[in-house]
Amino acid sequence: MLEIKNLHVNIEGKEILKGIDLHVRAGEIHAIMGPNGSGKSTLASAIAGKDIVEITEGEINYMGENLKDMNPEDRARKGLFLGFQYPVEIPGVSLVNFMKTAINENRKFKGLEPISASEFLKMMNEKQELVGLHAKLTSRSVNEGFSGGEKKRNEIFQMAMLEPLLAILDETDSGLDIDAMKIVANGVNKLKRSYNATILITHYQRLLDYVIPDFVHVLYKGRIVRSGEKELAQELEEKGYEWIEEEV
Amino acid sequence: MNASQDKLLAKVTQADYKYGFYTDIETDAFAKGLNEDVVRQISGKKNEPGFMLDFRLKAYSHWKTMKMPEWAHLTIPEIDYQDIIYYAAPLQKPTLGSLDEVDPELLRTFEKLGIPLEEQKLLSGVAVDAVMDSISVKTTFKETLAELGVIFCPMSEAIREYPDLAKKYIGSVVPYTDNFFAALNSAVFSDGSFCYIPKGVRCPMELSTYFRINMANTGQFERTLIIAEDDSYVSYLEGCTAPVRDNNQLHAAVVEIVVLDNAEVKYSTVQNWYPGDKNGKGGIYNFVTKRGLCKGDHSKISWNQVETGSAITWKYPSCILKGNHTTGEFYSVAITNNYQQADTGTKMIHIGKNSRSTIISKGISAGHGQNSFRSLVKVLKTADNVRNFTQCDSLLMGDQCGAHTFPYIEVENDSAVLEHEATTSRIGEDQIFYCNQRGIDTENAIGLIINGYAREVLNKLPMEFAVEAQKLLQISLEGSVG
Ligand SMILES: Nc1ncnc2c1ncn2[C@@H]1O[C@H](COP(=O)(O)OP(=O)(O)O)[C@@H](O)[C@H]1O
Ligand SMILES: [Mg+2]
Repeated sequence: MLEIKNLHVNIEGKEILKGIDLHVRAGEIHAIMGPNGSGKSTLASAIAGKDIVEITEGEINYMGENLKDMNPEDRARKGLFLGFQYPVEIPGVSLVNFMKTAINENRKFKGLEPISASEFLKMMNEKQELVGLHAKLTSRSVNEGFSGGEKKRNEIFQMAMLEPLLAILDETDSGLDIDAMKIVANGVNKLKRSYNATILITHYQRLLDYVIPDFVHVLYKGRIVRSGEKELAQELEEKGYEWIEEEV
Repeated sequence: MNASQDKLLAKVTQADYKYGFYTDIETDAFAKGLNEDVVRQISGKKNEPGFMLDFRLKAYSHWKTMKMPEWAHLTIPEIDYQDIIYYAAPLQKPTLGSLDEVDPELLRTFEKLGIPLEEQKLLSGVAVDAVMDSISVKTTFKETLAELGVIFCPMSEAIREYPDLAKKYIGSVVPYTDNFFAALNSAVFSDGSFCYIPKGVRCPMELSTYFRINMANTGQFERTLIIAEDDSYVSYLEGCTAPVRDNNQLHAAVVEIVVLDNAEVKYSTVQNWYPGDKNGKGGIYNFVTKRGLCKGDHSKISWNQVETGSAITWKYPSCILKGNHTTGEFYSVAITNNYQQADTGTKMIHIGKNSRSTIISKGISAGHGQNSFRSLVKVLKTADNVRNFTQCDSLLMGDQCGAHTFPYIEVENDSAVLEHEATTSRIGEDQIFYCNQRGIDTENAIGLIINGYAREVLNKLPMEFAVEAQKLLQISLEGSVG
């Protein structure tokens, strides 16, 4: 589903990713861990197609296509979803309106008619319930005045609405209390299918008690320095990131 | 500004102005130039009573003593007032009994503009007056309105048919001495709409006028007068378009509103005159004086405007809050893209006790656009317990454009409470990317963000037009990012 080969990335002329290889198959959950500043969000941005990210070497293939020249909206329409580490506020645009626009753009891409009002409403209610998003938030402006936890939950809500094939959740667990985190984990688990995959970017091992990853990768200074199964997360938690530093 | 945003903005392309066509229709037009004789001829064409000609002539001689205002934050090229045609009218039969007698070419023009004049096809609940060049082409729903005593007709007709009302009110809110363009308009105004809402009547439909400049080298000088008697209400909307031309055309209109006890007038404008091309060639000069008088106690005026067109806009819809407990509102979205310039805003003159005013301005600048907002809140000695709230927001797209605000306050009564808020922001690349990541392309993302930004104002527009206005905002900015 996702195949990253020897990916080198610059941001404003500075090399941030220094040769990443990553292979994600349908049905898998991958966790990417690593200290702050190691390049986790940059990797997510590169996959989603943010244009400050400059790929200098290597390639990203998604569903058999090289993403090199594909704009971010087409990547999204082909089932790629990014849960933002810092969700963006859009004043004056209600979450309902935003979601409806997004759903219809995605449908248009697939050659489908715009969603009917009743079908949309039903879907909204269903997904709100699934992720425990307070109904009052949907009539508010996107992320405006949302608490940190509400913003994160909103990302999961949007993921549930858009039903992506590959979801990358960038620190969706940070800043959440344990109950909120369980809801996020629950959302990920409930949406898991044999044909979709998830990349969880996380700083802590905590989330991985609730979502069991098939693979864990440690990203450090722009390189994946370790890959393993879920025990690696445990080891990392116990020994701390200093351990990686010493190892490298 | 980072490299990628530069790149994003470098993709600037101007969306085509979709109303830019010209209608080939027989026209009765004067030769270029302005003198006393031209003023007399205009009055003569309209069979005006003597008082109107007097008014025009006084205005004309006053105008000759005046100079164009220079205080606005605008760069206005020299205008040769002798190089303009002051009267042009589509040739048609002098009186129109029914729609069948209207030149079909004219009907097609308005249809192309999305303004069907056949009553059965009209949006339900909207009466339309259509003005092309110097004259009113067709007013719909006249009979329905007449049953309620509402008069909605071309200004030239009102001057002939209701001379008492015309004499009493024309120039009563905007005297011809007011400013250079008001004086010019008073001398040469050709047509416009007249609305009279009798006592106790809530006008059951939106009244709207569409202004269309068609001919080359003509100026359009329409004049609108709205009178709302005690306890009445009306919502009025004007829309404007013009063909694409390389040279600039002058539009100098006057709008006067008089509102009596407990009455309310809501005046909405969707101004989409041709803005010029992406290099700043051509476009309408829109120099307009709009003013409302809240004459009676508890009366209310709201100005709601969406300004996307014109090469240069100079316009300050204002309220004189003379009665006690009166309310003045100004809600505005103004876009300047490419080389457009706008100097717009409002004046709230508080004379009556307990008068209230609200000013909400949302400026959007893109390309090389220059957007200035100017507001005056004046509280006279007599005006106890005045409240004003002013909010002025500017949104910038790119780094070639400018936003400027000039809030003026003159307070002579200590009991006044005035609040002022101002913000400046940019459309964030992060906001656009967030939308992109959900499958929304950049064009639609900008539309979404802009409409969100302008929502407070768009919400004030009548339903049917809010949708149009939303589309217009997006079209006006098409290509300005990404
Ligand atoms: N927009 C940006 N401009 C400049 N440098 C950036 C930008 N985004 C990230 N970086 C740099 O890239 C490196 C990796 O950042 P990031 O990918 O956010 O790490 P992580 O998500 O692992 O904490 C950091 O050194 C950071 O300073
Ligand atoms: Mg990060």
